[in-house]
Amino acid sequence: MAKIQIFGSLRDLFSGHDVVELDVSNLRQLLIKLPQLYPECAPEIAEGVSVSIDGKIINDAWFTPIRPDSEVVVLPRIVGG
Amino acid sequence: MSAQTKQFKVIGQRLQRPDGIDKVTGRARYGADIDAAGMLHGKILRSPHAHARILSIDTSAAEQLNGVMAVITRADFPTPHKGFEDVQDNCMAGDRVLYDGHAVAAVAATSKHIAKQAIKLIKVQYQVLPHVTDVEQAIQPDAPVVHSGLVSRRVPKGFSENVVRYSSFGHGDIETGFKAADAVLERTYKTEATHQGYIEPHACMASMGLDNRADMWVCTQGHFWIRNMCAGVMAMESASLRVTASEIGGGFGGKTTVFIEPVVLALAKKSGRAVKMVMTREEVLRATGPTVSTMMHVKVGMNKAGRITATYAKLFYQAGAYKQATVDFGAMPAFAPYALENVKTEGLDVITNRPRTASYRAPGAPPACFAAESAIDELCQELGLDPMEVRLINAAKGGTKSSYGPTFEDHGLIQCLEAAKAHPHWQAPLEINQGRGLAAGFWFNFGGETCVSVFLNNDGSVTVTEGNPDIGGSRASISMMVAEELGIPYEQVRTTVTDTGSLGPNEPTHGSRVTFAVGLAAIKSARAIIDEIRARLARMWEVDVTDVVWQDGAAHYTGNKAGTFEPLDLRQVADIANNLGGPIAGHHEANAEGAGVSFGVHIADTEVDPETGFTSVKRYTVIQDAGKAIQPDYVEGQLQGGAVQGIGWALNEEYVYGEDGCLQNTGFLDYRIPVASDLPMIDTVIVEVPNPGHPFGVRGVGETPIVPPLAAIANAVSRACGKRQVDLPMSPPKVLASMQKA
Repeated sequence: MAKIQIFGSLRDLFSGHDVVELDVSNLRQLLIKLPQLYPECAPEIAEGVSVSIDGKIINDAWFTPIRPDSEVVVLPRIVGG
Repeated sequence: MSAQTKQFKVIGQRLQRPDGIDKVTGRARYGADIDAAGMLHGKILRSPHAHARILSIDTSAAEQLNGVMAVITRADFPTPHKGFEDVQDNCMAGDRVLYDGHAVAAVAATSKHIAKQAIKLIKVQYQVLPHVTDVEQAIQPDAPVVHSGLVSRRVPKGFSENVVRYSSFGHGDIETGFKAADAVLERTYKTEATHQGYIEPHACMASMGLDNRADMWVCTQGHFWIRNMCAGVMAMESASLRVTASEIGGGFGGKTTVFIEPVVLALAKKSGRAVKMVMTREEVLRATGPTVSTMMHVKVGMNKAGRITATYAKLFYQAGAYKQATVDFGAMPAFAPYALENVKTEGLDVITNRPRTASYRAPGAPPACFAAESAIDELCQELGLDPMEVRLINAAKGGTKSSYGPTFEDHGLIQCLEAAKAHPHWQAPLEINQGRGLAAGFWFNFGGETCVSVFLNNDGSVTVTEGNPDIGGSRASISMMVAEELGIPYEQVRTTVTDTGSLGPNEPTHGSRVTFAVGLAAIKSARAIIDEIRARLARMWEVDVTDVVWQDGAAHYTGNKAGTFEPLDLRQVADIANNLGGPIAGHHEANAEGAGVSFGVHIADTEVDPETGFTSVKRYTVIQDAGKAIQPDYVEGQLQGGAVQGIGWALNEEYVYGEDGCLQNTGFLDYRIPVASDLPMIDTVIVEVPNPGHPFGVRGVGETPIVPPLAAIANAVSRACGKRQVDLPMSPPKVLASMQKA
């Protein structure tokens, strides 16, 4: 089970949890399962998020692998100038 | 071979830029240089009010003016595609104008003079509404409301409806951390909005046929995004619009979105003619996308040993008339340079009657860094600690849990701090009224959607086509990476930036992504060419492909029959390519992930005139981790440019709004960006801690250098004049007033 870290204000959308354990093996599965289990986060996920997987920020690549011991952090979508 | 051990032949050299001669001789074609036969000239009528309801628009007199070929208002725009409503509203107002300079109508005429005359003939009836432009006023419960109903559910109670978005980050328990501190500092900091200050104003020319297929030439950081946004605003298919990017005279994030482009398309559609529009400087300042202005509450605790025990920041970012997420990118990186057990940041997005903000190098990070690094510097003074040692004690490393969540991979912050400490600048004596400031800064960097094609030409030269306008020398850097990979001279490769009809989608030149992401795709495209050559030669030589290797720019046979086949270089392969099956090309399309984070450390010396409060920058040094500098001149240019823009933000630049909510300083005489005579030589040190996500170790370098300067200069000025500076820009009257305060 991958441990998904939920930071700060996002915790309100995950029933107050700071860590959510999910049986997922890639980013796509994560983005599907999160709103299924925690419907309150669906608008945020739909708006677009970045996900840090083992220290690398991933914006879109669905098939980025998530291992059971991966560090996964959901973040606002990273942009640049 | 890893990036750390690879011996480069081309990479790292200071080779000639391919666009240099064109740019200094005037041959290069910028946005305003593009013309077409029978072309019309467009002009926009803009709101004189900060906030008003449009009661009526009478365009009849303008339409009757001889030479006017089209007049448009919002009524001429279709219902936009979903998600582009705000973009359309920002390009052309609907029933309300939301800021001084908001577009209300536009004309296309046979000359610029007639177009200018025509917009004066358009009669607009306004009902002026209450406005708010200041971030502190905008959050008050009784402030005039810019938009109703935008407040997201997580925004705390007690603010006006202008506070539309809330985010927070952090870990640990800050209250416990503050209790463990020997000193706790709380301050409120403010910064004003600034503009990217690109020298070339926005310019665009477009034509549209009766079949609604259109072509556009535009000055932009990303013509694929311009295409997508124009298509969204004009309810077109993207394929119906082909966009070609001109050379670009600066962008810095401000040219990643549309302002005049959909208006030009709408004029071209209505007139049936090609239409060109070039913004004036006044329009650029009033109606494109400046930065946020901010109010930031910061609290930092530190013990006597210099360990930071807790940090807290509450950031209010004024983002203009539409909802934005820039404040997140202040809240996340504010304390990112430090390994912290207890950290919390909160971000609140505030809308006002100002132009919609746009990106500007590391959007959101410089103000937050100013606040955080100022507080840390003041605590160092209070506790009698060396600011360099405090930063070294607390510096984040590979394996540190960052202040915004993820654990860092290896990066070069410690190396940057060590290089700064060892730099002669850090130990140089200061004179009277001078002070030295230090600041560290961070930016995320990213990769994104990228397509590259590489072609082997008949004579063995190589053409690279990519889709990102060349802002900082990317054509040279991409050519160098391809030359390195193919083992051929740099001069044998030419990289061109192609139009949206010739390549798959690319994100703009933003996010410090091009050398990383386009470079990655170009290297992989070159590798595809090598693999194709190996396969074809193996067939010709009737050997196993694994026995054909590409080395030093030639294919070599390494199997049992070694010596039987002479190596073939790229020109020899090109000569027989058709015999071997036809043209040889490689391409790579990917969502480039794996951009490494970036840190920089800046040292600034300033001198403050005690009579006038005027600050002069005496010495400035930038130290930054570039991963691997492909062309060091360009890296240094980025470091210098970012520092200069940050110095302007710290000392001179600000949007000044009057009581009427209108911008007061709409030209470069009153909006004062630093010029060469204002500045010392900006010294640079490139640190190279390779990014494992790139074959050559590249990290983006374009944005981080603007993050520390606001703080570095503020810390230097504060130490020079003996008064802590908390309000940017540090204009002479403000500094003088602070010095005269008891």
